[in-house]
Amino acid sequence: MLANIFVVGLLNGCVYALLAAGFSLIFGVGRILHLTHTAYYMLAAYIIFHLIGAAGVSPVPAVFVSVLATTIGGVFFYRLLIEPVREHETTVLIMTLALAMFFQEVMLLIFGGHFRGVPAMVGGFTTIWGVKVTYQYVLSLVTIVFVLTAVWLLLSKTRLGIALRATAQDREVANLMGINVGLTATLAMLIAVALAAIAGAVVSPLYVLEPAMWTHPLVVVLAVVIVGGMGSIKGSIMAAFILAFAETLIVFLVPNGAFLRGAFSLFIMLVVLMLKPEGLYGVFFEGER
Amino acid sequence: MRKNVFSFMVLAIALALALAVTACGKTASEQGKGAQAPASAQPIKIGVVGPMGFVQGEHHWLGATMVAEEINKAGGIKVGDKMRPVEVVKIDTNEINSVTDAASAVERALTVDKVNFLVGGFRTEAVLAMQEVAMDYKTIFMGCGAAHTELCDRVEKNYDRFKYWFRVTPLNSNLLAKVDFLLLAEAAKALREQLGIQKPKVAHLAEKAAWADPIVAAAEKTIPQMGMELVGTWRPSATATDVTAELNAIKDSGAQIIFATLSGPVGVVVGRQWGELQIPAMPVGIFVEAQKKGWLEATGGKGNYVATMNTYARTAMTDKTISFYDAFVQRSGQFPTYNAGTYEAINILKEAIEKAGTLEADALIKVLESETFIGTAGKLKFDKKHDVTFGPGFVTSVGTQWQDGELVMFWPNGWEGVTYPGAKPYKLAPWLVEKYKKK
Repeated sequence: MLANIFVVGLLNGCVYALLAAGFSLIFGVGRILHLTHTAYYMLAAYIIFHLIGAAGVSPVPAVFVSVLATTIGGVFFYRLLIEPVREHETTVLIMTLALAMFFQEVMLLIFGGHFRGVPAMVGGFTTIWGVKVTYQYVLSLVTIVFVLTAVWLLLSKTRLGIALRATAQDREVANLMGINVGLTATLAMLIAVALAAIAGAVVSPLYVLEPAMWTHPLVVVLAVVIVGGMGSIKGSIMAAFILAFAETLIVFLVPNGAFLRGAFSLFIMLVVLMLKPEGLYGVFFEGER
Repeated sequence: MRKNVFSFMVLAIALALALAVTACGKTASEQGKGAQAPASAQPIKIGVVGPMGFVQGEHHWLGATMVAEEINKAGGIKVGDKMRPVEVVKIDTNEINSVTDAASAVERALTVDKVNFLVGGFRTEAVLAMQEVAMDYKTIFMGCGAAHTELCDRVEKNYDRFKYWFRVTPLNSNLLAKVDFLLLAEAAKALREQLGIQKPKVAHLAEKAAWADPIVAAAEKTIPQMGMELVGTWRPSATATDVTAELNAIKDSGAQIIFATLSGPVGVVVGRQWGELQIPAMPVGIFVEAQKKGWLEATGGKGNYVATMNTYARTAMTDKTISFYDAFVQRSGQFPTYNAGTYEAINILKEAIEKAGTLEADALIKVLESETFIGTAGKLKFDKKHDVTFGPGFVTSVGTQWQDGELVMFWPNGWEGVTYPGAKPYKLAPWLVEKYKKK
């Protein structure tokens, strides 16, 4: 059972980590609670479904086109709708949620509510420590690890990374130091949406596609970034694995309560908040500056 | 300033497009194609209530429009000495996402669209609310999708209020469970006869939804009585997107059968991941998604050997079944699911109206309670709870299994003297046979 919990939890944790990293990045840099984030994950999955199914495009080019299109779309909507109201947090919340629901309705109109599947890029399965996993799952896991490593390198080893981290720490001082904070926020949005789109691309062959598929991951992502600490990517990644393992634990220990996996991870979030309100690696609110 | 003007223009264009799309796209209520009333006769309006953005609602609508066109082609429904056409009105309840929306939709259908009757419904939680609204307006509502026993128990508990409710499809949860266990017995019989497994281990995989609860309770008592071992019950969310954890846990439990009770999208996930991982346990039970023609496509071709209860199969359950089945497939490219029971429901209403000679509810109820109707899924007789009678000679449902890319019927095949033509034996997945034959 331990092997089961570890392998399955690891896989789910990677997906949550990828989604949460982007969400945390845009919150840290732009101070935007971007509720449209997981809707981009849904859009990317549907674009791949359409390209492979209706247009007959091969999987790899379909993934690239989907990520590119979703990223461009995400930046466009950010510049058009969100950037002008960035200072008004409540407006941003409403705007991003409304945009997500708009995307859902558009997908419902175009594809209907039917449950769709994207063919796996790699067929077959293997057994890791007695646990059966598909090769597609392993490919998705490797891809996510690669992408997260690339994000870490970007943030820690490049000038752009320095600008992103500086803006996240203190916008005013970053501005005074000559960093174009507006452009930096846009680039953060670009990276965040790209990460969400990549998450959609890697999970589309694993999960069922339907227009409301963005809602559960949004709840999980919110829980993850709160547990990890708002604006802390390191914290978000750690929290993603904590919550993924918590969910998997429930399925194995309480099979009759498997549907409670989401609620259990939110319970973990509440416990962490009670013990450490700023999250695992977050900055305590009053001391933020 | 220029940026603000540009943004405003883009927003204005987007709003105009959105309004145009809404006006041209799916509307909350829509008239039935080919079922419009000739100017001279007042139509009988039947509200078809269902989640129209989803396949369940699509089948509600397809079944209803098919029968409306047939009836109108034949001249309409005779009410007294007048022939009146049928007009079906599409009512999108959005019930999968919102119970409140569903109740509001029914209220609107009765007060704005002024429908005479209601057929359809899918999600039990929503239909319970929709039923209350229909009963407030004393409108006959024929259910074609919700299985919970409470819907018909209400008729017995408070007849005067709930007498306007009749369930056409599916069987209620208790009877679904009964047939479910009969299908389980077929799978167990195959394991005993072909692999010598005398006491099969069963894992129950039931989505967390109201309609599945009675089946979960029944399984705990019944499976041991059937000479099998219930090794565990897993309750994923009906909208779960990944069940790798559950399937691996089931594999570790040593189960040889996955007894499934799934109607939501989780059924597709289970079928797909079960086939991808080649879990050595036969899935049998209620897989609503596996009743659809697009099952293999949705599961990436991995859903072979999944067996599910079904309301319809291309077999002569009555002399009306095959013509209905073929017409539905030809029209829609899909197999009819139990939601297409609106076809049956409207035909039953037609017969009742013509017998009673009126649209008056109490007169119709008397006819509906006393008569027997020959439908496409069997002979329909409503019992005192206004539920269909189950059993040989009445409605039985069928067991179907995906074999080599085709949905074939494997049950009933000699059950209580009932065998529908074309039944094939239940087939075991090759990886299961390989695992247990080595032993």
